[in-house]
Amino acid sequence: MKKYDNKNNKNNNNYAKSSMYLEKWEEDLKKGQILSVLFTGVGGQGIILATTVLAKAAQESGFDVKVSEVHGMAQRGGSVEGSVRIGKEVFSPIINRADFIIAVEKLEALRYIGKLQPGGFLLVNDYEIYPSTVFSKDTEYPKNIEERISNLTKNYMIIDAVEIALKLNEIRAANMVLLGAFSNFLPLKPDCWNSAIKENVPSKALNINIEAFNLGKNL
Amino acid sequence: MDSKENIQLLIGNEAIARAAFEAGVKVATAYPGTPSTEILENISRYKSIYCQWSVNEKVAMEVASGASIAGARALVAMKHVGLNVAADPFMTLSYTGVNGGLVIVCADDPYMHSSQNEQDNRFYAKFAKVPMLEPSDSQEALDMLKAAFEISEQFDTPVLLRTTTRISHSRSLVRLGEKINLDERNYVKDSKKYVMIPAYGRLRHELLLQRWARLSEFSESKDLNKVYLPVGKNTITKIGIITSGVSYQYAREVFSNVPILKLLITNPLPEKTIRGFAEGKHLILIIEELEPFLEEQIKLMGLDSKIAGKEYFPQYGELNLDIADRVYQQLFGTELISEHEGGARGKLDAAPIPASDSNLGELLSDVPQRPPVLCAGCSHRSVFYILKKLKAAVMGDIGCYTLSVLPPLNALDSCLCMGAGIGQALGMEKANPNLKGKVVSVIGDSTFFHSGITPLIDNIYNKGTGLIIILDNKTTAMTGHQVHPGVGKTLSGDDTVELKPEYFAKAAGVKNIRVVDPYNLKLLEKVLREELERNELSVVVCRRICALLEKVDKNNVATIDQEKCDKCGVCIRFGCPAIQLRDGNYAINELLCTGCDVCVAVCKKGAMLKKYKKFIKI
Repeated sequence: MKKYDNKNNKNNNNYAKSSMYLEKWEEDLKKGQILSVLFTGVGGQGIILATTVLAKAAQESGFDVKVSEVHGMAQRGGSVEGSVRIGKEVFSPIINRADFIIAVEKLEALRYIGKLQPGGFLLVNDYEIYPSTVFSKDTEYPKNIEERISNLTKNYMIIDAVEIALKLNEIRAANMVLLGAFSNFLPLKPDCWNSAIKENVPSKALNINIEAFNLGKNL
Repeated sequence: MDSKENIQLLIGNEAIARAAFEAGVKVATAYPGTPSTEILENISRYKSIYCQWSVNEKVAMEVASGASIAGARALVAMKHVGLNVAADPFMTLSYTGVNGGLVIVCADDPYMHSSQNEQDNRFYAKFAKVPMLEPSDSQEALDMLKAAFEISEQFDTPVLLRTTTRISHSRSLVRLGEKINLDERNYVKDSKKYVMIPAYGRLRHELLLQRWARLSEFSESKDLNKVYLPVGKNTITKIGIITSGVSYQYAREVFSNVPILKLLITNPLPEKTIRGFAEGKHLILIIEELEPFLEEQIKLMGLDSKIAGKEYFPQYGELNLDIADRVYQQLFGTELISEHEGGARGKLDAAPIPASDSNLGELLSDVPQRPPVLCAGCSHRSVFYILKKLKAAVMGDIGCYTLSVLPPLNALDSCLCMGAGIGQALGMEKANPNLKGKVVSVIGDSTFFHSGITPLIDNIYNKGTGLIIILDNKTTAMTGHQVHPGVGKTLSGDDTVELKPEYFAKAAGVKNIRVVDPYNLKLLEKVLREELERNELSVVVCRRICALLEKVDKNNVATIDQEKCDKCGVCIRFGCPAIQLRDGNYAINELLCTGCDVCVAVCKKGAMLKKYKKFIKI
């Protein structure tokens, strides 16, 4: 699963991809379209923090925004989703088709891929968390997730966010690495991210989160 | 004041808490329950408001009602099924009315994200003739709660503010206001108003009906009914939509060229407003989740337009944009929405289906589910592990431990409602003597204080011989660790009595009461085996604080001796998420392991070790 080993090519490709989306959404948001982002992963991976930071950044950029979160049952190691909708005026708080899916776990990328809007973009963390049923051998963790994704869409990117976060000795910052990489796709004000992170993480974890975000952004 | 500073991104529950502060609420009560829990948690941050977790919703409502009688504005919050528990005071509070404003906030859970049913609590408002407001986003949650207090005091009635999960747990922008200045209301003794003996009750019922007539007039108020009129040449003229709550958002986004009447008050319904809105329209489409609550009442108004709702929209679960889109497509191209009127939402635009949908099912057919599980180190796990071994029928209850129904434990035989298991176990035993000695009931500590004490008394009084197991993890874990009477702390963090479930068993005269640490697997098995065999009522309290509240010593986590491990899989079937399969070998995920050591006793091969033991061995 190391499709992006070639670092030089990767940088250029990522930049080209993201700037295309950024330009499209700059126009579409002006026209009143609503941009829908779906975060998926496993309870404990920082999905709620990622959605909150994105939403705050969008608010700071002058947009209306709505966030849908999952509380209660789903936090006990289950599959978790959170969504953010951004626009001039946003109505529904939940999404049915996502313009972007940010999967903090690989299997969850596959589980939710049906929600991806045609032409939408999928950002995947190259990280596997096995469900309990895999350990009990009742099910198998699919081996060829990237192949399956590539059969469904060419608009995706796999990032080893955990490896990058581990460089900072903080595996929990993987969500910020992904958010940093994702920020290149969005026409939000460049200075909105730092303040959005600052407002939502405890002060002692602030630097590491901002560093992780920047590492993701400069991938 | 800088307006930007006052706009915050809040979930509905936070907005409700803020509104309680702005409205001058003095007393707020609740029992935790998803999706309502964060209301009181957030109110507790405002020092001007006295707030408390009550043992259950009924008591919470009674405390709030007392505060209202004393002259204060009071709020009580609960999830939808909580109102079943509080239905008794609720129905009669409608008769007595209030002194200080009294608002009941009730959060419904369509689709049952975290509930045992998806009952539509709007019927409670109609049943009790209590006015009901329904916000459609966080801003309206704030505005409507403040309005609810005004209505409560103006009409001398409790008011129901009804939300759903998507209102309670969705974030949207809210403009904060200032705390209002309230005139003090005094307590005035008024037996004819508050003492509901039959003679006074009859008087109050008459007054209630008069109030209802006045409220029906009042419901026509412009602030409580918002009309959206689209502009432009694509505007649809033959259809009108009537909706409320989060359904409005789906309607507004999909039917953006259709006039919409959004009802912020849904009990009583503003009949004149609805008649006016419907005039000249061929079809009034009612968009509402769950029951045809609005639809049936509007049909009874005998309008000239056709009224339709549930023939297009499902009567279960949540609505969403896709469902709304499908209905739009159904109407599109008919005489109701002609092709040129469809405009931007033409047939192809409206519901794009990914090109890949056709083969999606096949590609995803083997994606394993990821059900929620009991946490690593959860003290409940060992109890269900033993009960499974003893082949007991387990009448369960509501809490984290309900998750034990799922594989690999598959331990529960029943889960009905708060406190039900103890009574159900007695019924099983009385109905079928063969089940005697085979049925246990299992209930958590918070649930026990909520509604387990009365069925315990019923058991001993009626000569039950079963085994009642109380899983005491010293917190209300499922909803996020709220305190309760067994913790020794109040919501505000003050020290208070620390009640233990066994006190109640002892007071009720239960002879066989045992307290055991569920981490001690051998002792636990011995105790449960003995008490199950006993031909007399027993209470076993399994006490160990929730693993999420205990500090983990990472030097003390478990490890597996690969030489001794013969991969029998017993530890995996124990179901702890920290025990994993890695490259064909069983292994401990040290990030998750809490060092509870129960798995050391589960392993029969001596392969599961405490980490420090391994060091000694080497």
